[in-house]
Order: sequence, then C-alpha cells, then structure tokens
Amino acid sequence: MNASQQHHSASLKVTGGTLFDGSSAPFPNPGLLIREGRVTVLGAAALSADADDVFDASRCVVSAGFIDLCCNLREPGNGQKGNIATETRAAAHGGFTTVCASPETSPVNDSGAVTHLIREGAASRGVVKVLPIGAITRGLEGDMLSDMAGLKSAGCVAVGNGSRGIRNARILRRCMAYAQTFGLTVMFSPENQSLAADGYAHDGQVATRLGLLGIPEVAETAAVMEMLLLAEETGVRLHLSQISCARSVEMLADARNRGIQVTADVAMHQLVFTEAALAGFDSRFHVRPPLRSEADRQALLEGVRSSVIDAIVSQHQPHDSAAKQAPLPATEPGLSSIESVLSLGLKLVAAQELSLPRLLAALTAGPAGVLGCSTVLSEGAPADLCIFDPDGHWTPSASTLMSVGLHAPMMGVELPGRVRLTLVNGQVAWSDTE
Amino acid sequence: MTATDPSPNHLQLTRDGQLRHFLTLDGLGRELLTDILDTADSFIEVGERSIKKVPLLRGRTVVNLFFESSTRTRSTFELAAKRLSADVLNLDINTSATSKGESLSDTLLNLEAMASDMFVVRHSQSGAPHFIAESVTPGVAIINAGDGRHAHPTQAMLDMLTIRQHKGRFDGLKVAIVGDVLHSRVARSQIRALNELGAEEVRVIAPGTLLPRDVENLGCTVEYDMSKGMKDLDVVIMLRLQKERMEGALLPSEREFYRLYGLSQDKLALARPDCIVMHPGPINRGVEIESAVADGPQSVILNQVTNGIAIRMAVMSMAMGGQMAERQHKQIENEEIRA
Repeated sequence: MNASQQHHSASLKVTGGTLFDGSSAPFPNPGLLIREGRVTVLGAAALSADADDVFDASRCVVSAGFIDLCCNLREPGNGQKGNIATETRAAAHGGFTTVCASPETSPVNDSGAVTHLIREGAASRGVVKVLPIGAITRGLEGDMLSDMAGLKSAGCVAVGNGSRGIRNARILRRCMAYAQTFGLTVMFSPENQSLAADGYAHDGQVATRLGLLGIPEVAETAAVMEMLLLAEETGVRLHLSQISCARSVEMLADARNRGIQVTADVAMHQLVFTEAALAGFDSRFHVRPPLRSEADRQALLEGVRSSVIDAIVSQHQPHDSAAKQAPLPATEPGLSSIESVLSLGLKLVAAQELSLPRLLAALTAGPAGVLGCSTVLSEGAPADLCIFDPDGHWTPSASTLMSVGLHAPMMGVELPGRVRLTLVNGQVAWSDTE
Repeated sequence: MTATDPSPNHLQLTRDGQLRHFLTLDGLGRELLTDILDTADSFIEVGERSIKKVPLLRGRTVVNLFFESSTRTRSTFELAAKRLSADVLNLDINTSATSKGESLSDTLLNLEAMASDMFVVRHSQSGAPHFIAESVTPGVAIINAGDGRHAHPTQAMLDMLTIRQHKGRFDGLKVAIVGDVLHSRVARSQIRALNELGAEEVRVIAPGTLLPRDVENLGCTVEYDMSKGMKDLDVVIMLRLQKERMEGALLPSEREFYRLYGLSQDKLALARPDCIVMHPGPINRGVEIESAVADGPQSVILNQVTNGIAIRMAVMSMAMGGQMAERQHKQIENEEIRA
C-alpha cells in the first residue's frame, strides 16, 4: 500500500536457500524473480532471467512476509513511545510485511477520520503495510457502539477492544450483532474487568511470594466462555486476541468442534516466558494478559502445534523509558517485541517445542486466514517476503533496535535468526546484507 | 526458558555473601539470619546503658524515605540510626516532591546527590526497594521498611528475635499466623524466616478470602477453623485487620471476623500453656484480639517494640559494612584497571 505509488522498475532475483511460500511445506528455492513489485517467476526459469540485482539466499529461509495481528504503532498521539516511521521500520527488521494497527491510539481509532489519518501516515512514512483495526465502542469506553460501517469503508479490516475489557455483556452482545451486520470480524482480548480488578500479574505462586496483585485465570476464561456463547448466538466471526490460559485453548477447541466461527492468536512472549520472569520485579515482563504458569505455556504451545491457535502475534507495545522506570506495579504493561518474534520462535524450534514450518505458518498463513486474505508467495502475487538466516545472530540493544521502545524481552542476549532482507511490494523495507 | 535470575541475592549480597541491601528474606540462609539475630542481641545491651550510642555509623547519613506514613516503624528506624551515631533525615514523600509531579527516580537521584549512604524505604508498591536498589541508586544501601504486600523483613526478624528470647530455639516449634495474610507483607516475611530458621510447622489461619493463591507454596499449612488451628501451638501471631477490608466483600463484618478469628482467652486456652502471643501492631482490640489476651501474661507484644530497635541497628550496621566493603572492592578494581 505505502509502496504502491513508488516506482518499480528494479527487478530482483533470489537464488538458493529454502522457500516457504505460506501454504505448502518449505522446499528448496527453485529461483524467484521479482519485477514491478510482484513475483513474476517462481521456478527454474527465474535463474536464467535477467535481473538488476541478485540476492544469494543460500543458508537462508525465503519466507512469505510475516503478518502481525496485534501491533501498537502509537500514532496518532503517543509520539514519545513511537510512531509509524519507527515502528514499521522495527516491524520490517522483524521480518513483518503487514501489521494490524491497534485501535488504542490517542484519539482512539473509532471513526473514519482517525482511520484515514493512520492510513495516510502509513502511506507517507510507513515501510510495511498497515491494516487499521477499528475500536468496537466509542473511545473504547465500552458504552456506545462505534461507527462500524464508517470504519469499514475507511479501511479498517476488523473491529476490536484493544487491550481493554468489556464490562457489560449486553453491550458485548450488541457489538457482535452490529459488527455481524457488516461482515466485520471482531477481535477481542478476553478479560473480565471485574475479575481482573487492579491486578497486573498472574495470580499464582510468583505473585503470592512477591505480594503482587493477581489477575486470576478465570478473568480470562470467564470472558472467553461469554464471548464464545455470544458469538455462537450472533453468528459473528470472532477472533480471540492474546489468550494466555490452558483452559482458553480447551474451550476454543471445543467451540471449533461445535462449528462456531472462531479463531485465536497468542503473543510470542506467552510461548517463551512464564510468571517466573517477574521474579526479580523485572518490569519489562509486566504484560497483559500476564505471563502465566509453565502448564499454561505448554498448553499454548500445543495449541499452536495443533493449529487450534491460528496465529502468533508480537503484541508490540513500545514505550518511552519513563513508562518502565518505576516500581513494577506503577509501570505500563507491554514489551517492545516485534523485532524479537522470529528469534524467540527460532529458540522454540531449537528447543524442539515448535517446528519451523508451524512457526512460519503461524506468522503467515494463520494470520492471513484470520483477515481473510492470502499471503501465498506465488507468481503474480505482491512481492511481500522476508529472507532470514536462521543461523545468523544478533543482539538486541539500543543501537540494534529500530523501535523507540528499548524494553525488548532479551536485551543484551545474543539471539538466533537474522533478517537479511524484507521486501514489501518488492520495495526494500529492511536490508542487512553486511 | 527463564529470563532472569529469580534469586534477589545478586542484588542484596556482596560477592563475599555480606549484606549490602536488606530488601527481602528470600534467598538469605539460616546462617545469615542467625547472624542478624546475634548482632541484634548485642545491641540490646546498648539500649540498657545510660549512654545509648555506639559509633558504627558515625559520619554516615541515613535518610528515612517514607512514601507511606508510619509513626512506629519510622521512629524505631530513627532511634536505631541515632544510636549508631548516624545523621538522620526524615522525609515523608507522600506530602513532598512526588505530589508535585517529580518522578520517584528523580527524587531519589537528588537525595543521592546529597551524599546519602543509606535509604530506609517504605512504599505502598511491592518491589519499590528492589527498583531503587537496582535501577536508581546502586551505591546507596537500601533497607526495606515495608513494600506493598511483598516484604517487611525487619519486622519479621524482630519477631524472630522475640521468639528466640522466649523459646530459645526454632526447631520443633509450631507457629500460627492468624488473619489477613492476603494483604500482609509481614506474614510473607515471617513465613519465610520461620521456614529458614527451622520451625516445625507454620500454619496460616484465615478465611479463604484473606489468603493469597497457592499460599501453601510459601511453606505453610492452611487451616480455616481457628479452634483446630490453635492446637499444640508454641507461638501465635495475630495480624492487623484493616478496616477497609469490609468494603471489597472480603469479610461480612468485624463482629463475625472477631467471633471466628479473633484471639480470645478461650481460644488461647486451646494452645500449649506456654504459647506466646505476638502482634506486629498497631492492635485493633476487639477485632483481632481480646484486650485481656493482649495485656495478659502470654503476650509479648511490648517486647517486640524494644527488639525492633535492636534488629534495625543490626541490619543497618551490617548493610553499611557490606556497602563499604563493596566500595573498597570497586576502588581496588578501578586502581588495578588504571595501573
């Protein structure tokens, strides 16, 4: 989108490596030719074609570009925490070619005017595709319906509640019925606000020992159950954002078996870390939903392996340093995570907790299915792809991170997986060719 | 995969295992806890002299940083610092800079610039002293005077001193902690100390609404019925019940709480005859405890106050010693780098 107006005379040939096209299992790259922003040849014929540039992808994986269903770009309104230019660059550094922009901006994206503002910003300053998510209630206050039809015609791909719970089941039911009228997918972070109350950590053994205020599992599972029942009744397409509990995975699988139209995602950090990360009062790991127990982590991983969970997201929440420089309860939730998603995923692959094809599918075809679009890297398709070296390494630091947020989950730790090239409509969004 | 070292010891101990901050009892071994108790014993004698001062902290500046008001704890810390000959500055921060919008970090950096050597910190948020020690003023010794629901390590240690004075040991003791464990930083530190020092059993006695999730993992058993819970006890510790607990639907009424969990003479009679009664104070008579018990022969509540000064002197002098040793280490290292 952003790059569509730009000039596409250059052509690029990608040779060698493994190709993951977003649908089938990875296979050796037969040769890939990109011209005019699109994949023009996928096959041996590409190797003999003329091209302005050649990228040798030996030892690398050439993947359909990653899609993030949950990303905070902080624009409009929170410039000290990030903006479209910095955060889409961070996304490209992480191998993402499309990000869904959370409605939690200031002002909240609850009208076509704000959606236009985001899309204009993305077109002029973004380096990846930005798909806005509209707010499902006005101001995300949970009281009045937003102008959903207007949001849809302005370009919102779904409507959601950001990270805020909805207190009132009657309003939730009406939100779903109204969204269903326009065929809009609703993306809900399931949290029962009265059960979560003032909590900020998983209500489990670490919170008990450290005297942190807990968010019980039932704050999520009660909301999941309520949303599933209401989705069944209203017939809306429901997407559950960032589930964190084992029981949520079970309920999701049951609902699917009963034929309810429901999809779900999980944040990468929920697959890697547990409540133990808070042990030293490390405020970076103050996230919402909170990091839960090892049993929950295992169940979430199984959910991804079995495709009950469709997508892995970054839940990128960049902050200025002051937002995290306080005693843990006073800090703001969220990690600066989008640049580390692939690396953390590769650590799971190395630990044999997830296969590489499943990881890549949960970053491409999975989220594309939720949005009802295709990511398949095939002849004629837009050239949205990333090329990464799974054996290359990088270390998150103030100088390597592109995001304004420096609270990455593994600062100063060498991580596997280096993104060499990210192309969006054939244009270079990130390049690290050393 | 875990992200961080769960033990706080890299923060509160020097490389030789000496105390340099006193943030929590988590991770401190029996030997160090016993060392604190022995040091406090030696300071009790100082309090009995006509001139109650020793020069251990002469020339040092101790700042009492109370972000949450407290008269008793602050006065005992102040007295302890003065008996160690330190210069003491008392700051009630909730009425000072932070209400003008200055951040906690900025306030503390200003105080550090005034060449303070030790901060005694009380804060309503769990982990605030850790944050200060780790991120704000690493060169200043931090003593936790109570943070949120997390820890109140000096209170727990003075309770341990009181128990040792009356029982002479911890091995084989059965101790109950009664009341609002959920909100209690004191209870968390006491359970930890009693486990480390070798108590046979720590019981918590409370209704389900006043117990944190999976409290057994802290090293205690749970009893809902106080009559059963009082059996064979050597020590019973009553916790303070805040009046506002009725509002969040945690308890129906003070009257019902007192009937079920208040320490009356009848209930005390179910414990061992030499069972001692403790309370971190301030007491709500007729809510947690009957007056006749609070003032009775088995009550050691006033001893606890006296011991508070000795424990705080012990912890302050030990942490300052560790901090000085650390500074010397660093100085030597810097000189070696230059040479």
